[in-house]
Amino acid sequence: MGDATKEYPTPLLDELEKGEWPSFVKEIKAAAKTSRRAQGLLGQLETSYEEKIGHWKHGGIVGVLGYGGGVIGRYSDIPEKFPDVAHFHTLRVNMPTGWFYTSDVLRKLCDIWDRHGSGLTNMHGSTGDIILLGTTTPELEPVFSELTELGFDLGGSGSDTRTPSACVGPARCEWACYDTLALCYDLTMTFQDEIHRPAFPYKFKIKCAGCPNDCVASIARADLSIIGTWRDEIQIDKDALAEYARKGVDIQSDVVNLCPGKCIRWDGRELDIDNSACVHCMHCINVLPKALAPGKDRGACILLGSKAPIVEGALLSSVIVPFMKIEPPYKDLKDLVEKIWDVWCEDGKSRERIGEFIQRVGMGNFLEAIEVEPSPYMVAHPRENPYVFYEEYFEEGDED
Amino acid sequence: MPDAPAKRQTDIGPPHYEKFLPPVIKNNYGQWRYHEILKPGVMVHVAHSGDELYTVRAAAPRLTSTVTIRQYADLADKYCDGYLRFTSRNNVEFLLTDQSKIEPLIEDLEAMGHPVGGIGNSLSNIVHTQGWVHCHSAATDASGIVKSVMDELVDHFKQRKLPGKLRIALACCLNMCGAVHCSDIAILGIHRRPPKIDHTNLPRICEIPTVVASCPTAAIRPVTVGGKKSVEVDEDLCMFCANCYTVCPALPLNDPLNDGVSIWVGGKVSNARHEPMFSKLAIPFLPNNPPRWPEVVDAVKNLVETWAANARKYERMGEWIERIGWPKFFELTGIEFTKQHIDDFRHAGLTFKRSAHLRY
Repeated sequence: MGDATKEYPTPLLDELEKGEWPSFVKEIKAAAKTSRRAQGLLGQLETSYEEKIGHWKHGGIVGVLGYGGGVIGRYSDIPEKFPDVAHFHTLRVNMPTGWFYTSDVLRKLCDIWDRHGSGLTNMHGSTGDIILLGTTTPELEPVFSELTELGFDLGGSGSDTRTPSACVGPARCEWACYDTLALCYDLTMTFQDEIHRPAFPYKFKIKCAGCPNDCVASIARADLSIIGTWRDEIQIDKDALAEYARKGVDIQSDVVNLCPGKCIRWDGRELDIDNSACVHCMHCINVLPKALAPGKDRGACILLGSKAPIVEGALLSSVIVPFMKIEPPYKDLKDLVEKIWDVWCEDGKSRERIGEFIQRVGMGNFLEAIEVEPSPYMVAHPRENPYVFYEEYFEEGDED
Repeated sequence: MPDAPAKRQTDIGPPHYEKFLPPVIKNNYGQWRYHEILKPGVMVHVAHSGDELYTVRAAAPRLTSTVTIRQYADLADKYCDGYLRFTSRNNVEFLLTDQSKIEPLIEDLEAMGHPVGGIGNSLSNIVHTQGWVHCHSAATDASGIVKSVMDELVDHFKQRKLPGKLRIALACCLNMCGAVHCSDIAILGIHRRPPKIDHTNLPRICEIPTVVASCPTAAIRPVTVGGKKSVEVDEDLCMFCANCYTVCPALPLNDPLNDGVSIWVGGKVSNARHEPMFSKLAIPFLPNNPPRWPEVVDAVKNLVETWAANARKYERMGEWIERIGWPKFFELTGIEFTKQHIDDFRHAGLTFKRSAHLRY
């Protein structure tokens, strides 16, 4: 449906077509061959490069019928210069878990987006969704209908559960301590209402990482971080270990000396691991993948509260359940999530992430509210300050 | 257009991932034994059954046209029965069972302009945000800086010559939808001036109590201006976080003269060896200098080269700095240490040096 008659000169952006790394300018230009919207984007972006300032207005409230999230309204602040991007909304489309595709389904997604949008995408956005960049309000319902006919649905935006994401997990990784794809898909389906209809104080992100290497950055980027781990002994294949040593891997300096638990000894033939002192960091397994593997009693450590700086400062997630078995139907985990949401929705302030909420009300009070017993696994160390709240105390006559 | 209107459904969720898994994965799901990196950007996963799955990882621009996605689909058809995936860092991965097809695939990818690499002790793709391409709150562009930095560092993507993994991320404002705060190197767009208050529109489009509550330093107060309700900002308290702008479009902070980029170092999310860490401030401000941001490119290159020349095997940026100490970091990198490097927000005191353990 493109009209390739308009063209804006882009001398600054043209510089970014040079060089070896794939060029986003080439991508916009490729889309602009058939899309007026992509042409408008080129023109407006060149203006931003000239003036060193963005030209998008604050998002407006647009969406599809019955949903409160999944579409980000976007409007140019210089629509008179670039009418083709006067409206340039984004759809967040829930990706297949693990970001697996077939060529067939990718082409069908492209067909939909070529009919209704700019032809520009992000594969993928920061939270993991397929991002379809640049369309107008009247196109939203047709795009949505065609997406759902193809079997896709929108992801989260605003104060809702954001699209959960997972590492590649057991599909292609020997270290997955639980089925990240199965859990992520199950949570996504269980929480469809929470993803599509914002009803929380603020956003809530869930990420499923299969091992402590945390390839989906769950500890930094998810309110609920589900990090696979194990409780028993690291599995050792002695023959494979001997082969590593024979091939010249310096097991003492590359593995033993770098172990944070200081729990490995190597005498040149045998590797002796004190598993009770292992902190489950993955380093030895990462270096010797043929010889070492996580134990067999596998599950996940559940952490809560990470976020970027806005408002009260950035946080990493912290331990809320040191170890939980992760098996269908995931009742323990879902019960925990529901309790966390109940407490947060009841007492959280507008735009207060769960991590900030816990800091405001106190972790001890929060644990009481979600009915989880305090544990030394939850702290780097006990408090250093003596300003302690006590709700219970003795009264005269209590001595008996 | 389709002949009949498409059938509209709601709350169906994403298609089940099993539909898109290649047979070798379905047959060996959860039964992988080990993997090996065969060469930069190529690894093999070996299952207990003996089956082998080859992965070829290629650089992709995060901003991708349907034209390029169709090219990926064609390559997937040609080499791997139509199966491919994307990574959490915006790379594209082709999933092969026939080892003899690896080299022809790499040749095609490179001819298309997609370098192969990013696995193991190397630089992976830069995760980033929308920038001027699609965001209202961007203090800098994202794609342009990423392209410029990766053009300079592409050899570290294509080779495995770094001491450890190197993860660079870019967020174009403090909202950090890219959550860059735990990266080896984080490039962060920043504002440096308080919001410019649009007293005409503010009462019309913003909720004043929400605006007041949005400020982490309580710098915003309600006032009446020309008989209309509005707000004032105590500029001495403003640290340019732009949270007020997020809730109120009448408080823009964008400023071409003063917006720019800060550089942060030493964060990680993996638990390997050292616990996950936040990135710390290395360079408080570099100018926005499009189209190629040479000051930012030079600064990132200096950090990478200084780390690569001095770190021990497997040592990530933050682990290296912790071993040598921050004074040595600033000395080796030649970066000036300034007032801005010392924290003055919540719990700032926790970051002060409280011992005589110093290396002279």
